[in-house]
Amino acid sequence: MNIQPFIDGFLITLQLCILSAVGALTLGALVAALRVSPIPPLRGIGTAYVTLFRNLPLTVVIFFFAFGFPKLDVENQFFTHATFLKIPLLSDLLQPLGMDVPFFRFAVLSLTIYTAAFVCEAIRSGINAVSSGQAEAARSLGLTFTQNLRFVIFPQAWKYAIVPLGSVIIAMLKNSALAGAIGGVGGDLMGTADSMLSDPEAGAASLLTVFAGISLGYLIMTVPLGILLDRVEKKRAVAR
Amino acid sequence: MSVLYDVPGPRGRLISWIVTIGSILVVAAGLIWGVYRPLAKPVTDSMWDLAPGPEGQFTMARWGILIDPNNESFGLVWQRLGEGWLATFTAAALAIVFSLIIGIGIALLRAQLRGVRGRRYTNRPPVASALLRFATYSGTGASRFWVEFFRGLPVVVTIFLVYRILAQYGLDFEDQMWFLVIGLTLYNSVVIGEILRSGMDGLPHGQHEAASSVGLSIGQSIRLVQLPQALRIMLPALISQIVVIFKDTSLGQIVSFDEALRTSRGIVEFFGAADSPAIPMYFMIGVMYIVICYGLSKLAVYTERRLSRSGMPPAPPAMVTMDQTGAIS
Repeated sequence: MNIQPFIDGFLITLQLCILSAVGALTLGALVAALRVSPIPPLRGIGTAYVTLFRNLPLTVVIFFFAFGFPKLDVENQFFTHATFLKIPLLSDLLQPLGMDVPFFRFAVLSLTIYTAAFVCEAIRSGINAVSSGQAEAARSLGLTFTQNLRFVIFPQAWKYAIVPLGSVIIAMLKNSALAGAIGGVGGDLMGTADSMLSDPEAGAASLLTVFAGISLGYLIMTVPLGILLDRVEKKRAVAR
Repeated sequence: MSVLYDVPGPRGRLISWIVTIGSILVVAAGLIWGVYRPLAKPVTDSMWDLAPGPEGQFTMARWGILIDPNNESFGLVWQRLGEGWLATFTAAALAIVFSLIIGIGIALLRAQLRGVRGRRYTNRPPVASALLRFATYSGTGASRFWVEFFRGLPVVVTIFLVYRILAQYGLDFEDQMWFLVIGLTLYNSVVIGEILRSGMDGLPHGQHEAASSVGLSIGQSIRLVQLPQALRIMLPALISQIVVIFKDTSLGQIVSFDEALRTSRGIVEFFGAADSPAIPMYFMIGVMYIVICYGLSKLAVYTERRLSRSGMPPAPPAMVTMDQTGAIS
């Protein structure tokens, strides 16, 4: 049994996840800032974003990008190949192991947009967990909203947010399999399994091997992270 | 009114108004030129030409099958969509019921095993006591492995695994739905088991101490005292997980089960590339999912409020958020 396809698949999944995680954390932090801001329409935008993407199955989001986007604007490939993501430097990262596949960009886009809603909720739950006396004390000292958030709330909030954020990232790792199964990324762990199994020569024995391979690939990423989070959570529970 | 900022003064109100108007303009411009224009008119040179073009997405040729009752395909499309949603609801209901039952079973088993851990069974003959201790250890290990394995695996992989491996060993269902239901149950029962376990862990120690002091056995204490309370405390998290199960039924694609999403994909492919109704179709499906899931999650918020009023101890904070953010996972 050749192990190379699994290693390649693992690397592509990892690449997909790291790119989407960076995107989702950035976008999610931005949306969270919108959701707690003192200006009502900004709060509205943040809330609308979260409500929209939390209640939509990721499958539908991926369908929209992978099958809806190519129907648009056939002329200059702006949408069909998501070329607006071809930002210099970033575009080098967005070519998984040297291939240029638009579906990879769609997958990064949909995972980022979907996960950002959950990142926002995790950060907001962290902000809510800080006792209100802290913010009131800061306000009574005359700190403005930004100062309050930056010097008082955020340094405490991230500690509460880290465990929920971690579980969001774990969920995202697992969700990335969907991009391989449905979004047509191909070459990632799930896509590898799919293409290996559609091979007519594959028999019963290799089926189990394929599953052992991809399960191991995902478990290597998710289980240690989960155990780490449990540790952090227990430590936090004792400290509180 | 949040605790994070004061009631705005005159300057604050001015800034607020400016940002309000600015953000409304930015959002409107974004919606018009970022979403509407590319959809309505993909090929034109003028930026200000906003009327929907014939090759754009806002044509009756694309939307007619969904919104025009006079369209010849209207009735058929909605009939197929209705069948698709019915299939989605059936699969979701079955997966939810099975996940809850098996999840409660897993929680009971793991709590029971934890309760008898380290017990030496000195009142039994040596062979029986050794066997019982061995059974406890191996049961603990096996259930731990089972939980970690299925919790760590993407639900997509689980469904795919069920589909391919069961088919390999000749277990073939008439209805593809069962592959989806079994796959979802495998994953979600484990997650529900963990939710309930953390709910039981979060109970005050006095609960099981009181239970054993009135002479209840470990099993009785779990069944009669701890589990009912855990179910109530964790109700919001359980409802969130039910929303997750509902969302995950959209994975029917993998096992070629015709639920709502796959049905609509079939319809899109049926109408071909020329006037493809892809955007209207997926838009419709998205709206329906949002409405249903939003309703369900409002129910979660409502029960959370009811529970916090009724003097139950609150759920362990990190756990609730974790499961609400557990996403499609």
